[in-house]
Amino acid sequence: MTHVVDKRSFYEVKKGFMSWIITLDHKRIGIMYLVSVLIGFGLGGLFALALRLELITPDKLFMADKVYNQAFTLHGVIMVFLFIIPSIPAAFGNFLLPLMLGAKDVAFPRLNLASFHLFLFGALFLVLSVFLGAVDTGWTFYAPYSIYTNTSVIAAVFGAFIMGFSSILTGVNFIATIHTMRPPGMTWFRMPLFIWSLYATSILQVLATPVLAITLLLLIAERVMNIGIFDPALGGDPVLFEHFFWFYSHPAVYIMILPAMGVMSELVTTFCRRNIFGYKYIAYSSIGIAVISFLVWGHHLFVSGQSDFAAMIFSLLTFLVAIPSAIKIFNWIATMYQGSIDPKTPFLYFVAFVLLFCIGGFTGIILGSLSLDVNLHDTYFVVAHFHYTMMGGVLMGFLGAIHYWWPKMFGKMYDEFLAKIACFLIVIGFNVVFFPQFLMGAKGMPRRYHVYDPEFQVYHVISTVGSWVLAVGVILMAYYLIQSIRKGEKAPSNPWGALTLE
Amino acid sequence: MKQLTKDGFVKHEVAHHFESADQEFQTAKLGMWLFLGQELLFFSALFVAYGVFRFLYPAMFIEAHHHLSVNMGFLNTIVLLISSFTMAMAIRSAQVSNKKHTFVFLLITLVCAGMFMVVKYMEYAEKFHHGLLPARWFFGEGTSEVLHIFFGLYFCLTGLHGIHVLIGMGLIIWLLIKTQRGEFYSEYYTPVEMVGLYWHLVDLVWIFLFPLLYLVG
Repeated sequence: MTHVVDKRSFYEVKKGFMSWIITLDHKRIGIMYLVSVLIGFGLGGLFALALRLELITPDKLFMADKVYNQAFTLHGVIMVFLFIIPSIPAAFGNFLLPLMLGAKDVAFPRLNLASFHLFLFGALFLVLSVFLGAVDTGWTFYAPYSIYTNTSVIAAVFGAFIMGFSSILTGVNFIATIHTMRPPGMTWFRMPLFIWSLYATSILQVLATPVLAITLLLLIAERVMNIGIFDPALGGDPVLFEHFFWFYSHPAVYIMILPAMGVMSELVTTFCRRNIFGYKYIAYSSIGIAVISFLVWGHHLFVSGQSDFAAMIFSLLTFLVAIPSAIKIFNWIATMYQGSIDPKTPFLYFVAFVLLFCIGGFTGIILGSLSLDVNLHDTYFVVAHFHYTMMGGVLMGFLGAIHYWWPKMFGKMYDEFLAKIACFLIVIGFNVVFFPQFLMGAKGMPRRYHVYDPEFQVYHVISTVGSWVLAVGVILMAYYLIQSIRKGEKAPSNPWGALTLE
Repeated sequence: MKQLTKDGFVKHEVAHHFESADQEFQTAKLGMWLFLGQELLFFSALFVAYGVFRFLYPAMFIEAHHHLSVNMGFLNTIVLLISSFTMAMAIRSAQVSNKKHTFVFLLITLVCAGMFMVVKYMEYAEKFHHGLLPARWFFGEGTSEVLHIFFGLYFCLTGLHGIHVLIGMGLIIWLLIKTQRGEFYSEYYTPVEMVGLYWHLVDLVWIFLFPLLYLVG
């Protein structure tokens, strides 16, 4: 807390477990989030590897159908709630927001710590639910199945509910910080673009997450006392659940991707040695994405029985999201033009992000088209699409951020050569996993089945082999990052020659 | 040891990361408004659900509302409106450093909130007695087959609102203790104002619930 006069780093000021768990220092809270989300990523990844292994044969390999359902649900729930949503905003946002803004801390440090504790508490419930009979509903908890399955829906949903409040309070904290804690001279349009993206993200967190919270609460109420609003057997409307759920969960995908886009804006300027091209447009496009994202949830319900007219409007609005996204991509590419490009590892992740996110985005347009979506709905095409955006987008942003800010956060350098190798393995492995899924999805392979038609086996085998390459890349990364903490060379104060404020 | 002002109040120290007391106050206020924004959206899904089912089963809603006591609902509306007024007066008193009035007005607010919960308890007891409950325990009598949906919504809406009232009561007790210690005066009354904002929101939700549930038809 007393860094102004203290020359020691924030690691050395206080020591011991308690000094971390009750700290009010935004940097320590950021690091704790980082460790937590990495654990989440590891867990979710193990489930992913198990799923891919199971799918290598068209028949049962080692998972019964119910176990398979539980495994893909846990993969989804863990990756979404424990990893992607808190990954960049909570870990890097907490660490960097005050530093980039020039504030001493976030607006409400106590609330910030409370958010982290809520996050842990929610995670605890999720872990608990695994031991009480893991959920098998898919991460979407669709009614009416989620009302009747005998797995521990209540514990899992309650965990997600609590983590939702962690997310809301972080959003409140960030917006208040950005509005009121800017020092004189830090005007809105001098803020780093990463902060703009966090601002847009926070708006979504504050306005969308409460709807998920109440939906999950109603689902619990439905299970406990049969209030009958989602259960068709009691006169309820299960499609209402889908509307409520996606009213949050579509904005949520922008809660995931916007901070990653903010990271990209920082990376491209630093490693091309150029000022960002079209600063204001990128800033506004973040807000634009945030606004439009509230109006597109219906594209998840094209085949759920909403009216044709509503579906047309949602389809149109969905296409609109492509505009601000494309503005960002074009501006980044224009920034690279005539830049003196320094292809360090974080920059490689930037390139990977742009390529993979474009594939994810374009396939999103395909899925947003009504006539195509009717055929592709609930196939592997959808699975591949959202993995290209979530993993090709958010994960690449997250890894870029880790490599870029690693020296800042831990004061150590990592092995650049190994980092590049790991980056290639991850990107290539990722494409080998998910590109074949576009193909088999287009041919009609439905998602969430563990027994499938043998004609698709060749794609599944390629995909599974890809998951091993990906895993090797991630393990290699874990190795050199741990090595870096143990005996890496001390990082200079500005390892990348960046002109940024933190 | 905490410093005292010359009027005997506990001097407020601005947290280390703020430049001024005003910045601290404005930040807290913005944070509170954002929180109220999420509260509105939190309740919004329930209101949407209400709208959907009112549209699907209009006759059932008209039948169901006869089971609610308009008098009791009206009494509670008046009680909450009075409490909102006394809450606003408590903030005013804190702003002019009138410790005694702050305490009294907060106390009246707390008593009103308590009265609201007592009336609510009586209403709930009556519903339990007649079996007008969510479907799992429903044994009420009525012509509509989906009467339980109204009471599912009724208990979710009023229950969630009741929890907010209880949380508000806890916060007011916290304010009473701090007022007694002399922590609120003209230069620092942030918590009173923030709880006040929260309390007005709790009122506002009830102002919508009363006509929607009790005055259908």
